[in-house]
Amino acid sequence: MHFTINGQSYQAEPDIRTSLLDLCREHLGLTGSKKGCDHGQCGACTMLVNGRRINSCLSLAVMHQDDEIVTIEGLGTPEDLHPLQSAFVRHDGYQCGYCTPGQICSAVGMLDEVRKGWPSHVTGDLDAPRFNDDEISERMSGNICRCAAYPNIVDAIREVAEADGTVDIALRQTVEAGA
Amino acid sequence: MFGFGKGDTNALTMNTAHPDSLLDTSAQDVIGKPLDRVDGPKKVSGQATYAAEYALDDVAYGYLVRATVGTGKITDLDASVARAMPGVIDVITDYATFLRNPQQGGETSAPTQGVEDVAYHGEIIAIVVAESYEAARDAAEQVKVTYAPGEGRYSFLAHREEAEKPSTQQIPPHHKQGDVDTAMAEAVHTIDVTYTTPSQNSAAMEPHASLAVWQDGALTLYGAYQMPASDKLQLAKSLGVSADKVRIVAAFVGGGFGSKLGIAPESVAAAIAAKRLGRPVKAVMARQQVFDATVRRSNTEQRMRLGADADGRLTAIGHETLVSNLPGEDFFEPAGVATHFLYEGENRLITHDIVRLDWMLAGSMRAPGEAVGLIALEGAIDELAEKIGIDPIELRRRNEPREDPEKKVPYSSRALIPCLERGAEKFGWAQRKPAGTDRRGDWLYGIGVASAARSNMLQKSAAKVSIDGQGKAHVETDMTDIGTGTYTILAQITAEILGLPLEDVIVHLGDTDAPPGAGSGGSWGAGSSGSSVYLACEALRGQIAKAMGVAEDAMTLKDGRVIADNRSVPLAELVGEGMEATGQIAPGKQEQLFNQASYGAHFAEVAVNVVTGEVRVKRMLGVFTAGRILNAKTARSQCLGGMTFGIGCALTEELVHDPRNGKIVNRDLGEYHVPVNADVPQLEVEFLQERDIHANPLHAKGLGEVGICGAAGAIGNALYNATGVRVRDYPLTLDKLLEGLPAV
Repeated sequence: MHFTINGQSYQAEPDIRTSLLDLCREHLGLTGSKKGCDHGQCGACTMLVNGRRINSCLSLAVMHQDDEIVTIEGLGTPEDLHPLQSAFVRHDGYQCGYCTPGQICSAVGMLDEVRKGWPSHVTGDLDAPRFNDDEISERMSGNICRCAAYPNIVDAIREVAEADGTVDIALRQTVEAGA
Repeated sequence: MFGFGKGDTNALTMNTAHPDSLLDTSAQDVIGKPLDRVDGPKKVSGQATYAAEYALDDVAYGYLVRATVGTGKITDLDASVARAMPGVIDVITDYATFLRNPQQGGETSAPTQGVEDVAYHGEIIAIVVAESYEAARDAAEQVKVTYAPGEGRYSFLAHREEAEKPSTQQIPPHHKQGDVDTAMAEAVHTIDVTYTTPSQNSAAMEPHASLAVWQDGALTLYGAYQMPASDKLQLAKSLGVSADKVRIVAAFVGGGFGSKLGIAPESVAAAIAAKRLGRPVKAVMARQQVFDATVRRSNTEQRMRLGADADGRLTAIGHETLVSNLPGEDFFEPAGVATHFLYEGENRLITHDIVRLDWMLAGSMRAPGEAVGLIALEGAIDELAEKIGIDPIELRRRNEPREDPEKKVPYSSRALIPCLERGAEKFGWAQRKPAGTDRRGDWLYGIGVASAARSNMLQKSAAKVSIDGQGKAHVETDMTDIGTGTYTILAQITAEILGLPLEDVIVHLGDTDAPPGAGSGGSWGAGSSGSSVYLACEALRGQIAKAMGVAEDAMTLKDGRVIADNRSVPLAELVGEGMEATGQIAPGKQEQLFNQASYGAHFAEVAVNVVTGEVRVKRMLGVFTAGRILNAKTARSQCLGGMTFGIGCALTEELVHDPRNGKIVNRDLGEYHVPVNADVPQLEVEFLQERDIHANPLHAKGLGEVGICGAAGAIGNALYNATGVRVRDYPLTLDKLLEGLPAV
């Protein structure tokens, strides 16, 4: 089978039982994505598949022929960090670091969902979604951090969302919706 | 500190105060600063390597098999079907050697071994090894185990009358002073209430993992461990090999919170399998196995008695705790540990007794003792204040002791009242309303306060620091960074004392080939390990002064240069072929001569929905003192983490034991509810300036746990203030509130 991960081509013949997470961690040497529960309950394994965030432990590798997969390794390197990665460092949006790759991949996907105008559980007016700390917390609640860097994670994501235009786009959507 | 040659050891036992600290006189100005973690870029880019991620050749995958009875004897283990499955290499067990349960932290002996007589549901009894993870996992389901079932004790309530006094350990289980019964009878105001807390799980994000590889009779184990120095001894004893044949590597650990202090069952299973197979074996616990077979915080039942005079001055404090543990395990949750010294009161009774149950092991979870003990003490103090009709902060002020009320020794440093006062001002305590009166729509609002206290401990710890020919410093110790910030603060201490830019310090941790460190636990890591690095750097300063030909106190080290005698010389030019020194700290008489503890004050605001009973934490502030703060950023994060553990402890976390067999019913993160992002508001943390010259040369005290101590109590007290309903059975779930809420 053929997989595109972080823009690179991989050939592999995974066992039909192998999750996308284990394909990366155990067979392709991409150990950045973490296994915290293997049941889709903690979010440590979050990857981007065709731009959307998913729990890679709940997805079989054989389902992903030719998909565009991005893991934490594809977002940036220690020498050339993605804006969210460097914001997490600046705001101490982690402690042990084990949930961190999943948090960051999740944040990338989440901000894209905001830009598309998707509402969340805490969105008051579905026609006029606002973007604020409550929205960040709610939308990031699929990613558990037992060290509990949550306030710092919110700070890091808010800073990036303000800098990359996500907040402006969300605001424009709110205005256009007549709120 | 003159006369150090290459390879000297600078040892210090804290028998006397250490009033001077090089951290105050050095010039680099990095200590205490809110610097980014030095290991941060690796962590955010997936380049930090955790135990299960080392790329060794020819690794076989192990999957652990658990017992499915509460107690009983294994009469047959039929692995024929499992062995015949594709990809399976073997099904391995060694009933005598497998670990019955993990070891407690810091022990140098093997944990209880032997799994043929099952001691609790979920005990690890065998390991399936296969060419792939999937093959091992599936085969593990096909191992057929037959048991002769045993009689078990699975209900705390049914067996609480059989509680026994634990054998005396570091913490005395019983303390009696004066006569609490008589003082209670004579007191003007009394409180006599019982608080209960459930079993809890640390639930670190990285499951326990061991990758074992043998070479020439020596074992290297890449493991998820907090205390490699003692874990290595535990592992060697368990396997019957000498300690010099065991190496543990734990460079990155995905959280611990006590659950990785001692070795756990997967380590010995992986080591035995790797030896039999002659190839590396990786054994990672499934999340459910972490819940089943590592360690829990014990449930507690705490009878809390307070007696006070007309002015609210305490005359009696009774804190009698029942906990649970497996037969043969002496650890008890020391719920009364802070009650010994937090408040004045002449008559005191603080006891702990163990109810023997056939449940999984009880051991350390973040702030063993205070984390749940302060729920009872601080709840009862709040109740007493309400009864007397005075402000809870004023009640604490009236009971502020001048010295340790039991040991009659001074406090090394103590700023509880300043923390309470600062917090009150910052949080808006003066706006607090009478209980149950602040209703806004469907929500009742309330605020609460609780004191935080956590004993400070120093552990023996060693580190080697060397300076290479480029003028870069290398720190080596088997100390760990489990998210605590050790890599960063050790780099800051070294950079400060040796006058180096932070990037010129390289810290190597978590490898038992390096000098033995204190390990991460009990909030002692920074003080202990940091002091060993301090001492090594102090010795290096002596070597540098000698090479420069000046007196040490006439020399300034800054930005990689040595400045003295109207000369400024690059450090790299002075070190020759390199310099090195080892620092070693050990606890001494200062522990007995002074009561040492970190303090704080928690303030919480909660909202309770009158229709559903749902509780939301709206605001939370922690004001803390812990001596010198080594890194304001990582220190704050430690407190955020502790406070959030407090939110979980107060509102959601509860391990449920099946009363029929002791099985953990909610054995995953979907059913055991740790706080998620939406449960936690933007918490605030503030530190008050403090130095503690009795603690260590850094003048720093422990910080990793004080953030949880009292946090749940503050939420409980806020919940009472919101609703007028006092719930003493934690966690404070909505079902316990509904009856007392106003009619909709």
